Amino acid sequence: MKSLEELARIREQTKAKIALREQEGGTRVMVGMATCGIAAGARPVLSAFVEEVNDSGIGDKVSVEQTGCIGICQYEPVVEVFDGEEKTTYVKMTADKAKRVVAEHLVKGNVVTEYTIGATKV
Amino acid sequence: MIRSHVMICGGSGCTASGSKGLQEAMQKELVAKGLEDEIKIVQTGCFGLCELGPIMVIYPGDVFYSRVTVDDIPEIVEEHLLKGRIVERLIHEDEVKQEQVTSLNDTSFYQVQKRVALKNCGLIDPENIDEYLAMDGYLALQKVLQDMTPDDVIQVMLDSGLRGRGGAGFPTGLKWKFAKGYDAPQKFVCCNADEGDPGAFMDRSILEGDPHVVLEAMTIAGYAIGANQGYIYVRAEYPIAVQRLKIALDQAHEYGLLGKNIMETGFDFDIDIRLGAGAFVCGEETALMTSIEGNRGEPRPRPPFPAEKGLFNSPSILNNVETWANIPQIILNGPEWFAAMGTEKSKGTKVFALGGKIKHTGLVEIPMGTTLRTVIEEVGGGIPNGKRFKAAQTGGPSGGCIPASHIDVQMDYEHLAEIGSIMGSGGLIVMDEDNCMVDIAKFFLKFTVDESCGKCTPCRIGTKRMLEILDKITEGKGTMEDIDKLEELAYYIKENALCGLGQTAPNPVLSTIKFFREEYIAHIQDKSCPAGVCTALLSYVIDPEKCIGCTMCQRNCPADAISVTDYTAEGHKRPSLAIDTEKCIKCGACMSNCKFGAISKQ
Repeated sequence: MKSLEELARIREQTKAKIALREQEGGTRVMVGMATCGIAAGARPVLSAFVEEVNDSGIGDKVSVEQTGCIGICQYEPVVEVFDGEEKTTYVKMTADKAKRVVAEHLVKGNVVTEYTIGATKV
Repeated sequence: MIRSHVMICGGSGCTASGSKGLQEAMQKELVAKGLEDEIKIVQTGCFGLCELGPIMVIYPGDVFYSRVTVDDIPEIVEEHLLKGRIVERLIHEDEVKQEQVTSLNDTSFYQVQKRVALKNCGLIDPENIDEYLAMDGYLALQKVLQDMTPDDVIQVMLDSGLRGRGGAGFPTGLKWKFAKGYDAPQKFVCCNADEGDPGAFMDRSILEGDPHVVLEAMTIAGYAIGANQGYIYVRAEYPIAVQRLKIALDQAHEYGLLGKNIMETGFDFDIDIRLGAGAFVCGEETALMTSIEGNRGEPRPRPPFPAEKGLFNSPSILNNVETWANIPQIILNGPEWFAAMGTEKSKGTKVFALGGKIKHTGLVEIPMGTTLRTVIEEVGGGIPNGKRFKAAQTGGPSGGCIPASHIDVQMDYEHLAEIGSIMGSGGLIVMDEDNCMVDIAKFFLKFTVDESCGKCTPCRIGTKRMLEILDKITEGKGTMEDIDKLEELAYYIKENALCGLGQTAPNPVLSTIKFFREEYIAHIQDKSCPAGVCTALLSYVIDPEKCIGCTMCQRNCPADAISVTDYTAEGHKRPSLAIDTEKCIKCGACMSNCKFGAISKQ
């Protein structure tokens, strides 16, 4: 026997879990997971994005996906964030940087300029 | 942390084409690649596009892979799940749009559809009540128990215009209102899951893909009419559906959504499953109730109607699975939302099991009033092998055919009845120029003859006599009076049979006579079957000019009916062969073995 409060809680928790089946039009985070990306450490970056997005409760608006090589292997791990028409390219990412991008960019809407391709030298 | 969901169809169609093996292979491969904590496999209900099964959909991205085999799994895991690259070769090529379509929702098969009853099928794990809850499951029940009186609920059903999806189209709200009106110490709510039409699998797919929706809706009905007990009468031939219903019942009990004091409102309601042994007549309401009572499944005369004296002589309602599947959403979204879909008298949507000579065999849900042309050409992808559309059969053995001249008919209760067919429970069998309409009528009539329970004479003997006449016609021994006799018998049976089975049994014969009388006449007068189906009227012939005398046909003939002639065509080295039509059993083995196209059916 579950109380109505318990049912409501299960409903909300499961909604968050299956949110990734329903996104349409929201923000998309594309993590470069080609051979070059994986070799440069894209796996922990991907996991960090997935965890942080979920923990921040924005799983219904943001989807984390993988993509292939976009041709700038020297900048890997590369993460592109698509916000409607806007595209931000983050380069040389780490799990810690990913946490900041989620907190600053995805939650508050402020691009973390210092991690973007324009601000980075190889 | 889960970052991706792999949905693998666990409906009957995809299970038959090997989806269970895919799940195991996928699980193994994920473990081998160390991805088992990131990627979740979800077994779902039917996606509808059974033709392309086994179906797999990967989120995020909603990428749809068709006809996946175990051998494809390592590539999907390595490329898609690890590196994020779509495996292009498994993407479906949409024939209507003539392009590759990665999302199931963008296929021409899905675009016309409006999924209400099938809302959760393919999207949730049917064996996990939490996922049903997350799709607003049991919220309608909560709303009903907390904020509505039984009369409110019935009024909503009446306002929505929902009509029975089992085929007859009786207004659901009215049925409930009648049952509520009778005062009795015990009332019952029954679910008709005894889906028996050849080729129909709508109810099966709903039970397999979203079992909780039926439990929730039945509980709502129990509250509305004042019943505390429900029965689901489901065919034993649906083992996956039965299994998932049992799991759903256990989970609903565990969560306190069935049983005593539901949601702490003091309302008690429970549901039991009763397995049917597969008799078609048990889909008829009084026969179904008789069977639940433990007796032989035979109908009884109405009135009294079940709303007054049904199961165990108590006021009872019986609704079909698809009808139930609409109800929670009507409660949540309001009757106006539902009534805005469909036509003036036929509200909402209808699920059809699309089968026969059609490219996209599968399950479709369309707004009432969609034309048959849209269903066949857009949703169904047209007729395969460049053949021409000849007719479609709705309503299975109780329905009639819709000829090509009526392809623009709107699919709703009224328009289908107007041209002599019925909505039926949703079987939709498409036929092309290779189908003989007399043979089709014979097929459906043979089914009803087999399934007639034998209680009333018009059905037991009348349908048998009709079948004998059809046999005569397809053997080339018919006379023109036989058509009149068929019609006379048909009207007599329709008027006098006890239950729906007999009253509708002659429909396939009547509608094929109405629209394809010339085919009956060809069988009778010309002793020929224009579609080349009725074997008694066919003969296989070898063209001596094309035959090179290889004797391949002779060696494959099981009846020893082929022999060498003394004629040798110009340019050939050996004499041609000929078929002795007296000995020929018309098996077609010669034709399928001839590499030179020298044998034809005439």
